[in-house]
Amino acid sequence: MKVLVPVKRVVDYNVKVRVKPDHTGVDLSNVKMSVNPFCEIAIEEAVRLKEAGTATEVVAVAVGSSACQEQLRTCLALGADRAVLIETDEDVQPLGIARALQALQAKESADIIIFGKQSIDGDNSQTGQMFAALTGMGQATFASELKIEDGKAQVIREIDGGLQTVKVSLPCVVTTDLRLNEPRYASLPNIMKAKKKPLDTTSPDELGVDVKPTVETLKVEPPAEREAGIKVESVEELVEKLKNEAKVI
Amino acid sequence: MSILVVAEHDNSELKPATRVALAAAAAIGGDVDVLVAGADVDGVASEAAAVGGVNKVLVADNAAYAHQLPENLAALVVDTASGYSHILCAHTTNGKNFMPRVAANLGVAMISDIVSVESEDTFKRPIYAGNAIATVKASDAVKVVSVRGTAYDPVPADGGSAAIEKLDAATDAGLSEFVSEEVVQSERPELTSAGIIISGGRGMQSGDNFAMLEGIADKLGAAIGASRAAVDAGFVPNDMQVGQTGKIVAPDLYIAVGISGAIQHLAGMKDSKIIVAINKDEDAPIFQVADYGLVADLFKALPELEALL
Repeated sequence: MKVLVPVKRVVDYNVKVRVKPDHTGVDLSNVKMSVNPFCEIAIEEAVRLKEAGTATEVVAVAVGSSACQEQLRTCLALGADRAVLIETDEDVQPLGIARALQALQAKESADIIIFGKQSIDGDNSQTGQMFAALTGMGQATFASELKIEDGKAQVIREIDGGLQTVKVSLPCVVTTDLRLNEPRYASLPNIMKAKKKPLDTTSPDELGVDVKPTVETLKVEPPAEREAGIKVESVEELVEKLKNEAKVI
Repeated sequence: MSILVVAEHDNSELKPATRVALAAAAAIGGDVDVLVAGADVDGVASEAAAVGGVNKVLVADNAAYAHQLPENLAALVVDTASGYSHILCAHTTNGKNFMPRVAANLGVAMISDIVSVESEDTFKRPIYAGNAIATVKASDAVKVVSVRGTAYDPVPADGGSAAIEKLDAATDAGLSEFVSEEVVQSERPELTSAGIIISGGRGMQSGDNFAMLEGIADKLGAAIGASRAAVDAGFVPNDMQVGQTGKIVAPDLYIAVGISGAIQHLAGMKDSKIIVAINKDEDAPIFQVADYGLVADLFKALPELEALL
């Protein structure tokens, strides 16, 4: 069974992002970039499937600039067998990424494609579902447990108000939620080994897909600041303020 | 313009998030139809028809839609989409599940999690966990949009008398099947629609100590939430999590107890009307967004608070 894991290069989750003064976007110069945390969980799950003997090959793929090679090497160090970069300097959006991945899947024929549930930059939560729709696959999003049995993926999903269990026929798409697993750290020997693993590069043109975005960002602003209020001295004062000043209780 | 809003419901009642999406539809302007897809949803359909401003309610009542399986639901929405300029849904786990499929099958982009409508093709949405707000313009012919549950005040539940039209559609794509669901049953209001929320963080120290919040929640008619730190520490289940990766809430009163105020958490609650923080660390970032801050040991303050309410 082959597992394909699309990953995204994003600003590291520890970085506090700042909006550029001219409001054209957030300032990404000299900022640490990493594998999107949900994608890292996806790689970990794929590697665990391989370690358990369920999967035979784990392929990491990214759609973006040549800088994404850095994140693909990280995935190789975490246990992916090989990587593919679909290289483009276009500011790709979910539908374009899904189309590029659809074209790659036509060559790779993976049995399960594990995505992160969202990226921590765009916060769209779309790409996995769009890929599933384009390829006509079933999907199990926001997974907190994944089991492969009898040609089906049985997945526990995190939904509003609780958990839902679904079975999806392979090939299928799974998107990861936070609690699916805790990703390992790459060891130094594995980082060295990763340098020798294959990383192929292709492009949307070679794959024959159009990844031009159709959504234009007009401006990016910092969120409205909330003013700090007052400190109260006691619970009595708090209750009094809530009743008489804020009038919320 | 003509807008289709896909209803969020549990086969027995219409969720308030639907009426928030309807408020966004009203801000776009034009005729607004509601699609109710589910099983045995006559009650939901009548509720939707009674909502102010709804032109027509389309009902697809079939077992294939009982659990909102995204493959089936998206196919239905795509089949129904013809003639609409906008397709909207609530940005819930359900909306996030099926709506991108709709967009992809229509060959258009999707605009997720909008917080305001600027014009018929321009919307504001948070990015980077709410650390920035992007104004985006969609150039596709059909705008596929999900609406954050706190973006607008819900439109009134009554005042309308829309016609109900049955669709005889029934698509079972056969790609996935529902096995089971564990939904937490609670007498308390749902987090996303509660007027008052009291949340506990890592400072609560254990799951048992969350019982201290229950007495207060009962007196205030409040929902109980938690920070991601409290969920990750295993104190409480994840469906109680308020934050960027949990529930986004905006109640009239939000009481944060033993919560330091990580950006992740603030992103989920900073639109609350009044924020109260109780924390023993006077430098905790939560105080920078709190209207009323109390520097105190929560184990002393909570019993006092319960006694005074």
